[in-house]
Amino acid sequence: MAKKDSNFITARESRRISKENLKITRKLDKRLSRKHVPESEFLTQMKDPGNVVEFDDLHTYFFTDVGTVKAVDGVSFNVPVGKTIGIVGESGCGKSVTSLSLMQLVQRPNGQVVSGEMRLNLGDKAYDVAKMPIEAMQKIRGNVVSMIFQEPMTSLNPVFRIGFQLDEVIKLHNPDMNDEEVKQRSVEAIKMVGIPDAEGIYERYPHELSGGMRQRIVIAMALVCNPRLIIADEPTTALDVTIQAQILELLRKLKGEINASIMLITHDLGVIAEMADYVVVMYAGRVVEKGLADEVFLDPRHPYTIGLMESKPVINKKVDRLYSIPGSVPNPVNMPDYCYFRDRCEKCVAKCQGKYPPEMHVSSTHIVSCWRYENATDKR
Amino acid sequence: MSETGTNVLEVRHLCKYFPIKSGLFGRVVGYVHAVEDVSFTLKRGTTMGLVGESGCGKTTVGKTLLNLTPKTDGEVIFNGNVHLDRLSGRELRSFRPKIQIIFQDPYSSLSPRLPVGEIIGEAVREHHLVPDDQLDGYVSKIMKSCGLFDYQKDRYPHEFSGGQRQRICIARAIALNPDFIVCDEPVSALDVSIQAQIINLLEDLQKEYNLTYLFISHDLSVVQHISDTVGVMYLGNMVEYAGKEDIFARPLHPYTQALFSAIPVPDPTVKMNRIILEGSIPSPANPPSGCKFHTRCRNCKGVCSQKAPRTMDMGGGHTVACHIYDPESGYAQEK
Ligand SMILES: Nc1ncnc2c1ncn2[C@@H]1O[C@H](COP(=O)(O)OP(=O)(O)OP(=O)(O)O)[C@@H](O)[C@H]1O
Ligand SMILES: Nc1ncnc2c1ncn2[C@@H]1O[C@H](COP(=O)(O)OP(=O)(O)OP(=O)(O)O)[C@@H](O)[C@H]1O
Ligand code: SF4
Ligand code: SF4
Ligand SMILES: [Mg+2]
Ligand SMILES: [Mg+2]
Repeated sequence: MAKKDSNFITARESRRISKENLKITRKLDKRLSRKHVPESEFLTQMKDPGNVVEFDDLHTYFFTDVGTVKAVDGVSFNVPVGKTIGIVGESGCGKSVTSLSLMQLVQRPNGQVVSGEMRLNLGDKAYDVAKMPIEAMQKIRGNVVSMIFQEPMTSLNPVFRIGFQLDEVIKLHNPDMNDEEVKQRSVEAIKMVGIPDAEGIYERYPHELSGGMRQRIVIAMALVCNPRLIIADEPTTALDVTIQAQILELLRKLKGEINASIMLITHDLGVIAEMADYVVVMYAGRVVEKGLADEVFLDPRHPYTIGLMESKPVINKKVDRLYSIPGSVPNPVNMPDYCYFRDRCEKCVAKCQGKYPPEMHVSSTHIVSCWRYENATDKR
Repeated sequence: MSETGTNVLEVRHLCKYFPIKSGLFGRVVGYVHAVEDVSFTLKRGTTMGLVGESGCGKTTVGKTLLNLTPKTDGEVIFNGNVHLDRLSGRELRSFRPKIQIIFQDPYSSLSPRLPVGEIIGEAVREHHLVPDDQLDGYVSKIMKSCGLFDYQKDRYPHEFSGGQRQRICIARAIALNPDFIVCDEPVSALDVSIQAQIINLLEDLQKEYNLTYLFISHDLSVVQHISDTVGVMYLGNMVEYAGKEDIFARPLHPYTQALFSAIPVPDPTVKMNRIILEGSIPSPANPPSGCKFHTRCRNCKGVCSQKAPRTMDMGGGHTVACHIYDPESGYAQEK
């Protein structure tokens, strides 16, 4: 097989990389697997106690045989208490890996958080998740932070009945409930996400449900334990608009009741517009624009965000061909040192030939990483 | 295979019931009426959008059409005379590549043990669609058109993001150069720009090879863009079917009207004017009497719970199953 591609590497090189990877991942993995680590090691201070999470220059890499995939390459943003953050970005830009990092569920040993902080506010104290060993993280997962996964079948076990799987989650978080109460709670949870015949569904297997029903079971699982932070990764992709509205309402209600925060990852700009207080736009592992929802929607600044807004087919607006941003993302193994969007950007300025653009403030809340706005920077 | 007929697909009175088993011994205690009496025809080179509430039977329609799960009743006829359930094993194998499905759940439809290049190229090689020495280049070309890269060929499905996996499924289906594809939520996990790229690709292929699609999606703006005709399902029934222009301009069935009113708009300043559906969703294991929508319909009258509505042709192939439009139903006379 002849490969002319510049991305091609020899078997020898691949072996070398593989060996090096092993060294790095072993070391990182060992740190994570330690037992009885004193809390002081991962105690930290929130920059702003009004936030439930602060991502600070997070780097999460995958060490593969063809090189290091920098899936998340310096991501910073905050999730304020009781607010909803919408995260959008090109498929493969690192949205899921960012949230998996916070859950410490990135696929090990290849995937590792290599640097940065993830400060998680627990009310009376704060932890840096990046420094936490697995053991400590397990106590927090589900209780404080819970995640609705993008693909429902990743979190459902095909050989167990739906009811059994829901019961397990509820038991784990409510050890003093008896079996009858647990079942009651499970059935309620199925009803809560709008699935008819909850008792019947309780007895069924995952493959006997439709795609959208499975997705809602996963949502129910994430919500039964009243988490402080809900990470919802494409929670409504398999749902029709009416049920989507119902699920969004449910999330909103929960948010109101327990003052939970939501990290909402979705490519559906309509959903973001409806739900989000803040919007974060990611591109190739980095945040390129963030701000209040109104700012990003009504006044998008980054050329990628502008392109994204233009690509959306709008109901009752006829076009022959949908707009799609030309070109494609750079290979995540060899990221350039200039703006990652440059090769696709139609609005380049002279500065774009230089370094990756730093954050520019369009307003005190609206931040863009693009050389075009260099002079727009406010004095903060 | 005959290419003469203009209808790629004729579906007549398709039904699919799933048994509900209970207890240790798997006693059948009832049936889920997932698809009930669905009929439509699909012209070559056109796209039919299929929409409806989660769990209403869209995927089941797609799977029974391709005989991936056997139908309970009815007929499915490809190219005027091919009944999949009557083909011999060999005939079926040679017909298979012509009819493809892009599954709704990419995660469980991709083999975790094969690298992506192999997933896409395997069936192409098996059916000798391109000479062996050109296979590699062919796979690269298909991957590129789906927004995937050459250097990803040797990677395994778990190393991809959700949307990338969805594109692998699309690449696998179109690599076989099919006549007909069931696209079950093919772009639901993609950002709008890549979504646009894939939709443009599907449209280009359609123009070039006269492909036919059954396009299942809950995203009505996408359905509106890509479809020629649209079918709306509710609890296993096709309640309305019409040309795209027609159905979006003039939705007749009360369910269609409610569905269309709930489309979110990507603008935080717009307040939605939704028709909220009252009442809980009935179960297909125990559907309501008469019109299945009557428990939630704001136009419901006495007759609706007693009698199932007939499917009426309102002209121009716009059909609807609702008593309002049937002068003989007695709906109009009722208070
Ligand atoms: N286990 C893995 N090994 C190697 N690379 C991986 C692995 N998991 C993810 N990646 C890569 O990391 C990048 C980011 O993936 P991620 O799942 O975060 O994307 P995403 O933004 O969620 O995209 P989508 O919208 O398609 O779900 C992708 O390019 C993907 O190929
Ligand atoms: N193998 C099965 N056994 C039993 N019931 C099933 C099976 N497959 C599907 N069903 C039931 O059939 C009904 C229709 O399911 P289907 O997957 O066709 O829905 P759908 O319209 O595709 O929904 P979604 O939009 O959520 O994917 C559902 O009530 C589902 O529970
Ligand atoms: S920095 Fe330059 S290349 Fe990058 S998005 Fe802005 S204008 Fe385009
Ligand atoms: S038949 Fe009656 S209940 Fe059914 S949709 Fe028409 S008006 Fe509503
Ligand atoms: Mg993802
Ligand atoms: Mg489905």
